[in-house]
Amino acid sequence: MAFTIKVNGNTHNVEVDGDTPLLWVLRDVLGMTGTKFGCGMALCGACTVHIDGAPTRSCITPIEIIGKSEITTIEAIGATAAGVKIQKAWLDQEVPQCGYCQSGQIMSAAALLASNPHPSDTDIDDAMSGNICRCGTYVRIREAIKQAAQTNG
Amino acid sequence: MIVDRVASYGGQLHQFAVPKTLSRRSFLQVGAAASGGLVLSLSLPLPDSEAEAAEAGSFVPNAFIRIDSDGQIVLTMPYVEMGQGTYTSIPMLIAEELEVDLKQVQVEHAPPNEKLYANPLLGVQATGNSNAIRGAWQPLREAGAVARIMLVAAAAKRWNVDPTSCRAQSGEVLHSPTGRRGTFGELAADAARVPIPENVALKPPQDFKLIGTPAKRLDTPAKVNGTALYGIDVRPPGVKIATLAQSPVFGGRVKSVDDSAAKAVKGVRQIVRLDDAVAVVADHMGAAKKGLAALTIEWDDGPHSKLDTADIASELEQATLGSGPVAQNIGDVDKALASAATKVEAIYQVPFLAHATMEPMNCTVHVRPDGCEVWVGSQAIARCQAAAAKVTGLPLDKVVAHNHLIGGGFGRRLESDGVARAVEIAKQVDGPVKVVWSREEDIQHDMYRPYWVDRLTAGLDEKGMPIAWSNRYAGSSIIARWLPPGFKNGLDPDSTEGAINLVYALPNLHVEYVRVEPPGIPTAFWRSVGPSHNVYVTESFMDELAAAAKRDAVAYRRALLDQSPRAKGVLDLAAEKAGWGQPLPQRVGRGVSLQFVFGTYMAQVAEVEVAKDGTVRVRRVVCAVDCGIPVNPDTIQAQIQSAIIFGITAALYGDITLKNGRVEQTNFDSYQMLRMNEAPAIEVHIVQNFEPPGGMGECGTSAIVPAVANAIFAATGKRLRKMPVDIAALKEPT
Repeated sequence: MAFTIKVNGNTHNVEVDGDTPLLWVLRDVLGMTGTKFGCGMALCGACTVHIDGAPTRSCITPIEIIGKSEITTIEAIGATAAGVKIQKAWLDQEVPQCGYCQSGQIMSAAALLASNPHPSDTDIDDAMSGNICRCGTYVRIREAIKQAAQTNG
Repeated sequence: MIVDRVASYGGQLHQFAVPKTLSRRSFLQVGAAASGGLVLSLSLPLPDSEAEAAEAGSFVPNAFIRIDSDGQIVLTMPYVEMGQGTYTSIPMLIAEELEVDLKQVQVEHAPPNEKLYANPLLGVQATGNSNAIRGAWQPLREAGAVARIMLVAAAAKRWNVDPTSCRAQSGEVLHSPTGRRGTFGELAADAARVPIPENVALKPPQDFKLIGTPAKRLDTPAKVNGTALYGIDVRPPGVKIATLAQSPVFGGRVKSVDDSAAKAVKGVRQIVRLDDAVAVVADHMGAAKKGLAALTIEWDDGPHSKLDTADIASELEQATLGSGPVAQNIGDVDKALASAATKVEAIYQVPFLAHATMEPMNCTVHVRPDGCEVWVGSQAIARCQAAAAKVTGLPLDKVVAHNHLIGGGFGRRLESDGVARAVEIAKQVDGPVKVVWSREEDIQHDMYRPYWVDRLTAGLDEKGMPIAWSNRYAGSSIIARWLPPGFKNGLDPDSTEGAINLVYALPNLHVEYVRVEPPGIPTAFWRSVGPSHNVYVTESFMDELAAAAKRDAVAYRRALLDQSPRAKGVLDLAAEKAGWGQPLPQRVGRGVSLQFVFGTYMAQVAEVEVAKDGTVRVRRVVCAVDCGIPVNPDTIQAQIQSAIIFGITAALYGDITLKNGRVEQTNFDSYQMLRMNEAPAIEVHIVQNFEPPGGMGECGTSAIVPAVANAIFAATGKRLRKMPVDIAALKEPT
């Protein structure tokens, strides 16, 4: 099947089965490798992208349900107001270690901040507990989200 | 021989031995780079006592510092970055003595070359055992100082002034009386012709400007915008994607494959059948996974089809009743036990653990008739090259192995089994193929942290203090397989670390290790390895002794530390910062641990809450660390935070079990990881001193497990002698 999807403002035509998860279209068909594979079952959050601004696990999102929705990936999150604040906070707090899960962490955090400019600790737990970090950077992720939120008026 | 190895840099070489007053095992060579710069070649040894075995004169450089004519400083070194910050802390050592800014130093992965980049003692090019800073501490500072002195000498000669009237600063040589200045780049070619200095004085630690300051990681920016390239991200032109099913029982075989449905999946290109695995090659991973699911595979499970974890545990426990090589003996334990007022006995056990790196195992390979190319993120790239050569039958120099960023190592990527598997598949594929393990395949075909069983007996005097300590434990030796020369007389330094040479003054101690290799399950290094087991056992048992003596757990340990002031220092610091002894609510407890492993002293206090249903929440961890001089305090803090989360994950959830030879856990639902909502507050307190640096990547993991177990005891009175935590045992009786 042929599908037309919009990723980071660009339109792409892809020829795959309709049940193909978006993750593999991004990584293997379009060559956008910033979005990561971790579990394939929406258990770890490494593959998180935004679909119309909502954080979404691309590893279980079939291409056929996307339609005209706008997909945003880690490669373009720095062009959003929340994304740029989150990236800066991640650098300031020196969050990443191996860094592999951080694309997904940043996408979840940017979506949180976009919808909730001043998240509480519980809000952070709720938004971020679907993202696993095996290097255990959770303490710094929390601090970085708080730092980014401080720049919201 | 040596000239051959550095020939690519061109120019003449001088052999140079650093004066004995600096270090008798550090060696350095200096030469001119082909590009017109200065090259220093040096050897980075292991830091511990094994280093003494390094023979003077057998100079084999494994790191290179090049100062180009444009002023760029390039460090090529054998260590890889896997999130531990080594690409930042190692250049700090050079920059400090060379008098350059950290951003002027660029780090390159060493290409695979076992001869050139091997750790001279291990004989292996590998990053592990928390030894990068420990090994590099002296030689890299010496190299920086030598280069600085030669650059200053070159400038002084050029300006016809006394070298002592010149100084180096921020990548330049300055002559203050005349205001003349020259950049290192301009001076590099001349410096290569300057005689090598005979005496090199290193900065006293009080004068450090970079070392000891929280330096920003050099690898971070690419990790926040999706541009960092991990092994799984490589895309050589025309690459196909494969995923695989390996025999669910280790040692099993493929009996039959029906691939008709798989071949009908859109995007599936090829089914590769191996002796013990089947792979589906496709245009993308979505098609490969769909194709794999459509296969009907019949397996011959082989000899381990009835194996359960309980069988292995009982074999190990049985082995602790026998005898093994003596790892350490002090005094006469039997005699002391006979005279003891109280005897305490316990059996401890720890489970198999998977690594579960966030980047699943993967390897990209292109096999051609005359050569093979491999792309992978590895802690031991030369072993990957060798594995590919073995599987293809090609000579080593026909295998090109590219190393990439590592999405989590923890010891998993010291192994090359995945590379061998990918090459087996690639041999049957025309063009490059990226083999990606599903998470299920990654967890079920890991090489696991070994299961160990320990039998301990202690004798206490009438005051409750230990006068006898006996420990006999059984389990797999990873060193015996991974580095056979390191396994001597039935013992190896990893299996015993944390079980012997305890910080405590114990007048009679006897420790034996019985090597038992479990059938049907491969074992490997896993963050903190031997200590991950030994410190849990030793520190839990020490807690039991304190409880038997009805003494406070901190005070009891403290009374045994008169010979170990640094251990006492971290224990006191952790206890003070944690508020040890202050009252806590019901079913909340504090537990302490103390260790000296990987060259670092550490004490942790965990504060744990046990719910009525038995679930455990670690609320707060206070860690005091004395790792000698802290090179990059921010990285030390990050590594301890990381290692504590890693250890809590293991303590609460980590358990790989076999049933009928099959690993029962599959993905993050059945093999759980600690998550944000479960992460405790973590405080790290670093002791400031000028002792040589210790290792930092792993010690936080071994320390947290007993701290949590001891806190659970404090909260509930239940002593957990088996990991992970058994929630059912902690349920409040109704």
